[in-house]
Amino acid sequence: METVIEINDLSRSFGKKVALDGVSLEILPTRVYGLVGGNGHGKTTLIKHVLGLLRAQSGTVRVFGKDPVRDPAGVLERCGYVSEHRDLPEWMRVDELLRYVAAFHPTWDSSYAAELVEMLELDGSAKVKHLSKGMRAQTALIAAAAHRPELLVLDEPSTGLDAVVRKDILAVTVRSAAENGATVLFSSHLLNEVELMSDEIIMLEHGRVALAESADSLRENHFVVTTQTQMGAHEIVRFSEDSTSEILSCRKQAGTLSLVIKGDPARLVDRLRAHGENEVVARPASLEESFVARAGRDRVSAKSLELADVQ
Amino acid sequence: MCLEDWGFKLQIDLSSDDGRPIYRQIVSQIKYNIAAGVLSPGDELPGIRPLAEQLLVTPNTIVKAYGKLEVEGVIVKRHGAGTFVSEQAASIRKAERDRLVAERVDALLSEAKLLGIDFESLINVIERRAKQVYPSK
Repeated sequence: METVIEINDLSRSFGKKVALDGVSLEILPTRVYGLVGGNGHGKTTLIKHVLGLLRAQSGTVRVFGKDPVRDPAGVLERCGYVSEHRDLPEWMRVDELLRYVAAFHPTWDSSYAAELVEMLELDGSAKVKHLSKGMRAQTALIAAAAHRPELLVLDEPSTGLDAVVRKDILAVTVRSAAENGATVLFSSHLLNEVELMSDEIIMLEHGRVALAESADSLRENHFVVTTQTQMGAHEIVRFSEDSTSEILSCRKQAGTLSLVIKGDPARLVDRLRAHGENEVVARPASLEESFVARAGRDRVSAKSLELADVQ
Repeated sequence: MCLEDWGFKLQIDLSSDDGRPIYRQIVSQIKYNIAAGVLSPGDELPGIRPLAEQLLVTPNTIVKAYGKLEVEGVIVKRHGAGTFVSEQAASIRKAERDRLVAERVDALLSEAKLLGIDFESLINVIERRAKQVYPSK
């Protein structure tokens, strides 16, 4: 399989602020990638490098094997992009805008564009400057998707939109993936949206890749183990030593200890039961629980667990 | 747009709190639809694209779910015609019903235990409540 995007050790600073710090990623064809992370953790900066809008300060970015800064035409022809701000020429009408964009793309499918305009109930004769936020997002998406790009890049496609428009936007995205086998890279801070809509999840934290894993394995490999115990959080660590699971986070509340773990919970559960702990239960962790645990992973040490204990 | 508009009776409700992978949730809900009699052997299932668009999940997720159901013999793909609930699904219906009930019973048992209710009291509660559901007994 040809890699669609290959990023190697990419770093980028703006003044003293480090936006990306040694990012390496491989994006494979026909999969949908959800890019998550808080504001200011590097999502938009990463996307701008993919599209050649920013030049790598160190490291390399290749899209379809090409350098998007040196060969923007070769890359952008095969990409559809909706920016965070959905910037569109204000003075144009929707149909004029779509004709204008079509001129740049030999693969533009005008009947598909017309179909999407109808499906989203847009008025082709409306001026862009008169469009609502939702219609603007829909127009930007049609402009990005109607040339049936091999790679669709969406920066926060549903931010600030109401539920109905958000659903439309996601449906068009799914359709691009289903009909055209497009690879999709989209960023979002809405975790529940990302977890339904992604095959692969990439989490950025302070400009680094905190996590890059398939959504299925993320769900299959993370569990929450709870137990009623007298033990303090710091004492629990020894139960995971040379075990088949790794404790990512640990919290104690009202006598219930909750551990988020990665790996098979069976042995840890057995050990806790053998130690005489009560009501030891393991269940699959929700993606949010895994994320929160993973985000705080560096901080999980015996010392910080003691702090968690005090809370 | 909902699946009924395509003439499909299937009902699927995905939850992000459910820790299972999305494709597995789809697999178990399709089985549930069969167990509950919403889907019968020979019924057609929606295509990959409409189902993905309706559920707002990736097409790969539906492909994976259908693949798993096909391996298990729950559904059959007929080339060019679509995807259908298999004839063997009737036996799956029985097994799946038993499994679903067992799952609920397990949850009830562990909760009762947690609340310190002994087995005999639990049976009493069940018998008392059952009169509303099975009045003839």
